[in-house]
Amino acid sequence: MKKERSYRDSTHFYGRIWMLSALFLFLCVPFAICVYCGVWPPITLVLKGLLGVAPIFWTVAVIEVITYVPMLGTGGSYLGFVTGNLSNLKVPCALNALQLTEVDASSEEGDVISTVAIATSALVTTLIIVLGVLLLVPLRPILESKALAPAFKNILPSLFGALAVVYISKNWKLAIAPVVFMLILFISVPSLAGSVGILVPVGALIAIGVARILYKKGKL
Amino acid sequence: MFNPNGSFMYVVTIVVISFVVAQSLFFLVRAWKRARALGMESKTLRKVVTSSALFTIAPAVAILMGVITLSHSLGYPFPWLRLSVIGALTYELPAAQSAAAAAGASLDSLITDPKVYSAIAWVMTLGIIPGMILVPLFGKKIENGLDRIKQRDKKWGEIFLTGLFMGMISAFLGYIFSDIRAGLTGWIPVFVMIISAVVMAVFGLLYKKTNARWLTDYALPLSMLCAMVLSIPLTQLITSIA
Repeated sequence: MKKERSYRDSTHFYGRIWMLSALFLFLCVPFAICVYCGVWPPITLVLKGLLGVAPIFWTVAVIEVITYVPMLGTGGSYLGFVTGNLSNLKVPCALNALQLTEVDASSEEGDVISTVAIATSALVTTLIIVLGVLLLVPLRPILESKALAPAFKNILPSLFGALAVVYISKNWKLAIAPVVFMLILFISVPSLAGSVGILVPVGALIAIGVARILYKKGKL
Repeated sequence: MFNPNGSFMYVVTIVVISFVVAQSLFFLVRAWKRARALGMESKTLRKVVTSSALFTIAPAVAILMGVITLSHSLGYPFPWLRLSVIGALTYELPAAQSAAAAAGASLDSLITDPKVYSAIAWVMTLGIIPGMILVPLFGKKIENGLDRIKQRDKKWGEIFLTGLFMGMISAFLGYIFSDIRAGLTGWIPVFVMIISAVVMAVFGLLYKKTNARWLTDYALPLSMLCAMVLSIPLTQLITSIA
């Protein structure tokens, strides 16, 4: 038990160092551009630009941290929140790995498996983008071709269809209420499609609420 | 005049990407060692790596397409940097647009005004900061909260986490249906989702019959790729009918 603690604590320790270093490095990028050009944008201009996105994206960030940290695990969180693309790649990737190894997501085994999956995913993404940028001249017409467009437009349905089959078949009692709620909501208010990230915790609260009732009644 | 495709931007990009690669390798090696210490076999871990790599290909290509989209106005290196780290196109594009609009510029052509370019870079960077501050600050507290739930009742702790996952899955399932009122073409994502689900279920049945373990190891990435490929003729068919 003591050893488990020490692994997780040290993951937090190293994770914080890596993440805060990454934050510093990312901030250095616009700073370096300004120094290199010898030009600084007026602060009002930056604030005005930020005002257009910060209220939404900062709120989403708070929601994402609360929702995804438990799903990604310790190591996965420090890596996932630096490398991004959480709901469309990192979390499903971790779920896939947990599924195939059949370990409990909330155990330490689950934590290390998620970390291995997320790290692999981050490395492969980086590699593909590097290759893509290097081979952009021959690749660009293919990637931008009209014939392939539907495939890339349908990544999320392709991903969540398969993922849903696995999770819903295993936990159908938990799934019914949030799935029905989300279907009604999105069909009635299609404009919510842009706010799907904000609705993840709503779905989670419904699922957890129903789970609590069923669990108390001994039906789970 | 600033050159967004100049060597300076490439050097900056390579430095940041090298950092992210180093961080990924650090966590990968640590988790691998810990998994071995916990008694997991190397074979199992290699399987996780291959399945995760296969799973990542299609979404990563989509991310690459985001680099191309942004490159029209910001050049290649900066979007490359942004989308290799935190970025997702859904965030980067509005951030760039908001900053460009504030400066009275447009993203229709390559931005070479250093004042506008640096303003965009600042806005895109500052917009993603909260996550990177909140995880070091509250990550441990959130996990401790989850631990307390588990310590009180282990089974409930597991169900609680499943509920969180289900929240994400249900929200995205709803999202897939958001266009159906637009007519038959709006159903395309729903049909693609069904194809993916059916392929996944077939993999499951085949596994039960043949007991071939590789089927479950690669079922999810393969179902996803199958559905993506089939979405091409399906879209053609539906658009020709509609």
